[in-house]
Amino acid sequence: MSEEKKTPEQKAPLLDVNGEPMHWLVRPTTIKLLWIGGIALLAFVTWLGTTVHPHATFGIEGTLGFYSWYGFATCVAMVIFAKLLGLGLSKKDTYYDK
Amino acid sequence: MTSDFLISPSFILIFGAFLLPVVSGWARSALVLALPLITLGAIWQVGDGVQMTVQFLDYELELVDGSNLSRLFATIFAIMAFAGGLFALNQKRVIELSAAFAYAGSAIGVVLAGDIITVFMYWELMAIGSTMVVWSGRTPQAGRAAMRYALVHLFGGVVLLVGVIAYIQDTGSIDFTLMGANSFATWMILIGFLINTGAPPLSAWLPDAYPEASWSGTVFLSAFTTKTAVYVLLVGFAGEQILIWIGVYMIFYGIVYALLENDMRRILSYSIINQVGFMVVGAGIGTEMAINGAASHAFTHIIYKALLLMSAGSVMYMTGGKRKCTDLGGLFQSMPLTTIAGIIGALAISSFPWTSGFVSKSMTNQAAYDTEMMVVWLCLMAASAGVFLHAGIKFPWFVFFQKDSGLRPKDPPWNMKAAMILFSFLCIWLGVQPGPLYALLPFPTDYEPYTSAHVYEMLQLLLYAGLAFFVLLPLMKRKLTITLDFDWLYRKLAVDSAASIAVTISKLLGGCVWLRDNLVNAVIDLASHHHNPKGILARTTPAGVMMFWVVVVLFAYLVLYLFV
Repeated sequence: MSEEKKTPEQKAPLLDVNGEPMHWLVRPTTIKLLWIGGIALLAFVTWLGTTVHPHATFGIEGTLGFYSWYGFATCVAMVIFAKLLGLGLSKKDTYYDK
Repeated sequence: MTSDFLISPSFILIFGAFLLPVVSGWARSALVLALPLITLGAIWQVGDGVQMTVQFLDYELELVDGSNLSRLFATIFAIMAFAGGLFALNQKRVIELSAAFAYAGSAIGVVLAGDIITVFMYWELMAIGSTMVVWSGRTPQAGRAAMRYALVHLFGGVVLLVGVIAYIQDTGSIDFTLMGANSFATWMILIGFLINTGAPPLSAWLPDAYPEASWSGTVFLSAFTTKTAVYVLLVGFAGEQILIWIGVYMIFYGIVYALLENDMRRILSYSIINQVGFMVVGAGIGTEMAINGAASHAFTHIIYKALLLMSAGSVMYMTGGKRKCTDLGGLFQSMPLTTIAGIIGALAISSFPWTSGFVSKSMTNQAAYDTEMMVVWLCLMAASAGVFLHAGIKFPWFVFFQKDSGLRPKDPPWNMKAAMILFSFLCIWLGVQPGPLYALLPFPTDYEPYTSAHVYEMLQLLLYAGLAFFVLLPLMKRKLTITLDFDWLYRKLAVDSAASIAVTISKLLGGCVWLRDNLVNAVIDLASHHHNPKGILARTTPAGVMMFWVVVVLFAYLVLYLFV
């Protein structure tokens, strides 16, 4: 019985905010696939980075997957710094209109 | 006056700008497209060295002085005027187009100028033209922003003028050449130039003013002021160490403020400061590679930033002026061309391989690497990732994707699409075929951007920045906020202080009025008390009363006489 009830819900087209069928690019299944593909791509480019051996002028550059971890870590740091700055400096966007 | 030209290339746009209001319809459209192309043709006729002089007071001004660097900047300014004009053909306010063309012509005048007086005169013309473009937004906010913009730039102009006069006094020369910050005069000139780059502490003029212009005006504004400032830094102050750290500050300032911003055009405005920061670092490093990097970056940046602002302008144009990320989203479904143009611009600004940013900005990174400036190089690499974070993903994500706003505007009219297609093509073509751009650079270069190592490095850096964006997406949720900046000092503190002083003075004056009124009233009351018809000094009294008091006085006299 329960399976029979679920079937029509599963087959019903997903709708967007306008009540139209949802664009294929924003369906949950597509987004899941994009995440899987994205993670595979990340692993691939990190591996690619290990296949070349440029002369490292700076020591830090020779660490494993330097450009991968450095790109990720510095972006996390910038976002957190921005959020902390925002705690003190963010105001409503009508602040200067008063 | 000596000249190999009939007129300076800059005059074509400046005087042509005044023709635009007197024609209409197709003739105006034809003029809008033809003037920049004629200017471009004239620029390519400019040879090396002084080409045109004119006598002014005791000085011989060099209106046209050609070099690889000046031709490179003048070329991209003319291309920008063409594409901007094409994009703005539907703009009803002809004054905006006229101002934009005069502004573009003045920018070309700066980069072709051979002496510091000519630089200054065109510099001020640029300030007037750009102020008019902001003001042409024709909203109360645009009017106020234009006034603040004008004040900052006129202040910068005064500082520059002080420097120019002092420099001429010191050296007796008006030649605009490498000067270095080594005296009061050159420091003033450097500060005047830096104000136009958006350097601290006055960076806020840019994100304050540019987004308030019209959907087409901001496209023009993004190109000229900051890039002429980069040009004059490259000519006058290449190798000035302090510029490296000013540039690094600008790079991270742009990223952090853009991350906090909700207005899509303010995001892109902060991003201009970020990108110009790279160029200022290049000017500071000052090697041939760095100068080539800064110059080529300025060239490509004008194209992809204009493309990004064209896509943002198209969204504004088609949604009736919406520009906040909180109001937008899901537009890729109905604006495919605008979305693709925005994504190409976003990839180019992020230096993604096979785009124009990759072959230009990387040269500045390489210059820091070659000169073994590790801290600077690490900052530039972090910033390269940060560009992808704040402009490469954030702008297209919040405008064209993210939550569905339900808005379904169509792509804009043909001319706006054509301008976006042209610049999208240039972003990719220059990325794939950098040779023609490299041939225009100030110094010969054998820089090879497409090595396996470089491509893999950049892909890692950018894709992991993308991962950071999506992992941290909950922290990026947009709110209806702005972030306070140094402009708070003159937009809030100064205004509130002035209001407070006005109230205090008003109260003081009010107190004086109260005192005055009460003093006068007291005198009047006193006089009235004694002199009113019933007052003791003015009332009429019957004769019997007088007799009574005479009897009292006589009686008192009798008493005193008898007993004293």
